[in-house]
Amino acid sequence: MLTALKQKFLVWLFRPKTESGAVTLTQRRIFILPTRQGAGFALVLLLMLLGDINYNLSLGYALTFLLGTTALMSMLHAFRNMAQLEIRTGRVDAVFAGDSAQFAFHFHNNSGLPRYRLTLRDGGGHGVTFDIPARKNLEVKLPLPALQRGWLGGGRLTLHTEFPLGLFYAWSYLQFDTRCLVYPKPAAPLPLPASLAQSGAGSSSVAGEEDFSGLRGYVTGDAPQRIAWKALAREQGLQVKQFGARQGRELWLDWLRLPTLHTERKLEIMARWVLDADAENLHYGLRLPGVELPPRHGAAHRAECLRALALFGLDEGA
Amino acid sequence: MREHEVPVKPAPSLVYGLLACILMVAAPHAGHLLLWVSALCAVLLGWRAYLAYSGAPLPPRWLLLAITLGGVGGILISFHTLFGREAGVTLLVLLAALKLLELRAARDATIVIYLACFIVVTHFFYSQTIPGALYMLATLTAIVTTWLHLQHGALPLNTRLRMAVLLLLQAIPLTLVLFILFPRVQGPLWGLPQDAYASSGLDDKMSPGSLSRLSLSDAVAFRVTFGGKPPLREQMYWRGPVLWEFDGHTWTPGRTARTKPPQLDNPGSPSDYTVTLEPHNKPWLFALEMPARISIPAELTYDFQLHRKSAVNARLRYDARSHLEYRANAEEEPRQLRRALSVPGGFNPRARQLAAAWRARFTDDGAVARAALAYFNREKFRYTLEPPLLGANSVDDFLFGTREGFCEHYASAFVFLMRAAGVPARVVTGYQGGEFNDLGGYTIVRQSDAHAWAEVWLRGRGWVRVDPTAAIAPARVQSGLAASLPDSAALPFFERNPSPWLRSLRFNLDALANRWNQWVLGYDAERQFAFLTRMGMEAVTWQKMALNLLGGVALVVALLAAILLRRLVVRNTDAAQRLYLKFCRKLARAGVVRGAHEGAQDFASRAARMKPRAAPAIADITARYIALRYGRQADGMALPALRRAVAAFRL
Repeated sequence: MLTALKQKFLVWLFRPKTESGAVTLTQRRIFILPTRQGAGFALVLLLMLLGDINYNLSLGYALTFLLGTTALMSMLHAFRNMAQLEIRTGRVDAVFAGDSAQFAFHFHNNSGLPRYRLTLRDGGGHGVTFDIPARKNLEVKLPLPALQRGWLGGGRLTLHTEFPLGLFYAWSYLQFDTRCLVYPKPAAPLPLPASLAQSGAGSSSVAGEEDFSGLRGYVTGDAPQRIAWKALAREQGLQVKQFGARQGRELWLDWLRLPTLHTERKLEIMARWVLDADAENLHYGLRLPGVELPPRHGAAHRAECLRALALFGLDEGA
Repeated sequence: MREHEVPVKPAPSLVYGLLACILMVAAPHAGHLLLWVSALCAVLLGWRAYLAYSGAPLPPRWLLLAITLGGVGGILISFHTLFGREAGVTLLVLLAALKLLELRAARDATIVIYLACFIVVTHFFYSQTIPGALYMLATLTAIVTTWLHLQHGALPLNTRLRMAVLLLLQAIPLTLVLFILFPRVQGPLWGLPQDAYASSGLDDKMSPGSLSRLSLSDAVAFRVTFGGKPPLREQMYWRGPVLWEFDGHTWTPGRTARTKPPQLDNPGSPSDYTVTLEPHNKPWLFALEMPARISIPAELTYDFQLHRKSAVNARLRYDARSHLEYRANAEEEPRQLRRALSVPGGFNPRARQLAAAWRARFTDDGAVARAALAYFNREKFRYTLEPPLLGANSVDDFLFGTREGFCEHYASAFVFLMRAAGVPARVVTGYQGGEFNDLGGYTIVRQSDAHAWAEVWLRGRGWVRVDPTAAIAPARVQSGLAASLPDSAALPFFERNPSPWLRSLRFNLDALANRWNQWVLGYDAERQFAFLTRMGMEAVTWQKMALNLLGGVALVVALLAAILLRRLVVRNTDAAQRLYLKFCRKLARAGVVRGAHEGAQDFASRAARMKPRAAPAIADITARYIALRYGRQADGMALPALRRAVAAFRL
């Protein structure tokens, strides 16, 4: 009975409900409690006050009150440090399982006051601390580990601050519907399916180094063999060699061709194939139970294939 | 809710800030700490500064533990306790210095900050002057500045300093409310250690040199505000301890059994005044001769001394009434008269001879006293602050040998002569004179006004004051010490330099100090009661005070919160912008949320795609908005049109 009431109270107080789009931190959403240091400081003040009374120290009273009031002011400052901040969710790029998902949030500080030492964190101890200058927008990326393929939600995040004196902890819960698509972790490099040779009849048989057509920026998942180390040495950043696409080369990445393995393992192998096929600029199609993507090539096709793999067998809508 | 604190090496700049804080709070204590403690703290702070500078690792824990145990042991040996004022302050300063060497996590820095705050308060045991208070305020600013550094290491110093000053300034209104309304509790909560108060002042023993030493101090003994016209300077004899017994060298009050109360006859016009007595750690109070009434619980003894039950160890205010003309104890008990005639046998034969000669010549006791004064006046006696030393027959040596002395020499010799001649006499110590501060409208009596005089008992007239110093140096009584001494005397600077502007400066400062003492330092239960009554609170009770306190605090906090948060809410003055945002909110409710950096055009095309049915309205509103916001000129009709369009917008 009591726990039920408590539960109801907490629900009423914190209103745990998923929101979309933008949130403004109003008074109703900010909570404040003293920290352990705050409790310690209260004890110090109490001792001081006892001393003042005992020794009848007028200036002691004044100083004790000044310190106590400063602490109280720091509570207002902690509240003000968060109040009226506007937070919008930003774009979250898909990642591969095992990487960290970068949840982007746009903080808009509409006021003329800089905000200091704000921390955005999830329940698992992953956090990021930042300042927001006056009248500025700031994009904050909260890296959260993406462990499994599928949709990764941000969950309930906490935005908190102890600025300026660390005596009070002001916080607000943020629960956005923002989510990150997590692709299966690509398997270790392995050859593409053999069907290549047959379907690629009528053109040169090997996709070799001679087909080199240029460099492009590195994307997570690219095979290390294709990284242009010479370009890196020339300080041109991480580049990947691209090879010319050949007309008529078509490749089916087929679920049924894989030996009997665990579903996740199969998906990992297929993710690897998609990446390699894309890197070689082949026309490739994807065949999964219930899903068939016709052979094409390009970044959009790659993303579509990976998405199909990521969400394969999951209830959550595409 | 707190994350686990990871031990990190604090940045050198934070260490320097903490060092500065501890240095600022510890430096004023250096004067009254034991020498070895001051030296140890200096070494520890220097060591810490070097470690921060060189980046060398902190000393191992066992070494710190050894130093701590050694320090605590030393304090125990020096004070025999760890409690009480001196030992406590010493311990706090030492621990703060040691804690700096153990700065391993943010928590340690927090503890250093708290220790610094606590040490600031301990300074008020020793001094509560205005400059001291200002210094402490500066120290507090430094502490808060460092505190902010602890929370946010990347903020530049001047930003932190500005924030600290702002925080403290914002705290002042509420501090005032608390200071005025927080109920003051009278008296100590637990027993005060004897060392609680340091003070200097008049003793109840008088030996050659004791008063002249005191005269070198220009510290304030007490301040007096007269209800009416202040009496003349030569009438201002502030009565302190009365000394009855003489052992040939030192005068003491002696002991007597319970006697009848003092008797004051034929009192002349009364003088009413208020005395603010500086703490002097002794139970007696000072009043003009002769006191008749006092406003606080105190005993008026048989010899017209005012005694309190406990020592005066805090500034004390009392009203008193005195009669400048009087007949005191005309019916003195024979027992007391016998006491007033006793002289130690064997010493000072020549003085006895002189007294006997006067006794033989005059039958009247008053005539004997006049003869003695005439003798001091006639012979070549000199008034000096640096009299030569006297031997065993101190009175003989003085009267017939050195003939140089300060008031205690004259009072002592005079009373001895009177007693030897059979005239009852006693020594009275206290202060004589005082300086009128016309800026503050009160009289200042300083330690340099300390004085000793005599009283003789004459039949029918009672105890009569006789000041032998006046016979040698009349200027001492009429215009003060400086006028009666040669220039070379080692008097306080201000006593020797009566230049008008220096005097006026000094009076200004003292008037300020007096107001400070009365209203800030002297704000006790009694004064609080009086103040609150004057402010219109009827029947000051605890409950009322608590209610007022809560109300006042709530009001001030609300006001401050309003001021602090005012800058947050940015009124959108642009009407077009406001209307557009309303339109965006309507869309957001339908699930079309504008991205953080999505322009109006982009958003409109996306919204139109998502809500094809509302597409014309979306395009219309966006076009109107863009025209208003960025168009070259807007006619008066454009804004109302946008308003209507937004109001009519439905999804």
